[in-house]
Amino acid sequence: MASNTIKMVVKLHGTVASIAAIMNHPMETGFRKDPKTATIVPAHFIEEVVCTLNGTTILTALWSGAVSKHPYLSFHVQDAKAGDVVALQWRDNTGDTDAIETKIVG
Amino acid sequence: MGTNRRIFLKNTLLTTLVGLVTSSSLLKWGMALANTWPADLFNAKTVRDALGGHEGSASSDIVLKANEPAENGAVVQVTVESALPGIESIALLVKDNPHPLSAVFLLGPGVQANITTRIKMSRTSEVIAVAKVGDQYFSTTKEVQVIVGGCGE
Repeated sequence: MASNTIKMVVKLHGTVASIAAIMNHPMETGFRKDPKTATIVPAHFIEEVVCTLNGTTILTALWSGAVSKHPYLSFHVQDAKAGDVVALQWRDNTGDTDAIETKIVG
Repeated sequence: MGTNRRIFLKNTLLTTLVGLVTSSSLLKWGMALANTWPADLFNAKTVRDALGGHEGSASSDIVLKANEPAENGAVVQVTVESALPGIESIALLVKDNPHPLSAVFLLGPGVQANITTRIKMSRTSEVIAVAKVGDQYFSTTKEVQVIVGGCGE
């Protein structure tokens, strides 16, 4: 399991929480040639990101290798409050995963 | 990272995955989206195939924003916004990429249709966002200029 690959910032604006995350990941499409070895770099990308608020799934992102390297994702969720727990995890096409969670600060 | 937290996260992950598989949320991209990761849609070479035939009707209620012209096609920030109520999922496609479908977002309770991410574009292309509301599909298309293509990264 990968670790420390996710940076997540959650901010509360009234009752709406903005959630922004950057994941450290090469996001190889499987089409790119390594310029040194002239061989194709195998596909290695995040397929699924799941974000939960207090354990309930609020957003699932299904991705291809066409999402940029070190992917960025941001969105907003209503009815959030200080103390709520936001968790985010990713799983890539090799089965590797990482997860992070944070409590919303009011 | 303590053991308890690991166990918590693991349980959360399991619950989430079980929830996803058992709920209908994964059936929301047409009926094609039956597996966790719809390989057939992501590997499709045309927009129509990538959407499982649900290209949707053009709607000004879906707004697509992009940083453009994009100097580097490897990192093109795009935002999809909509005030339409009841959006269940949003697909994001780049028409002229080798595989048009870039991302699908399944929106859960309380999530506003206002999602930002960064995608790769091989060259200047139409970027398409399609939102699913119930049985209806609404789309918007925006041509995004790319100065240097980004499929080599």
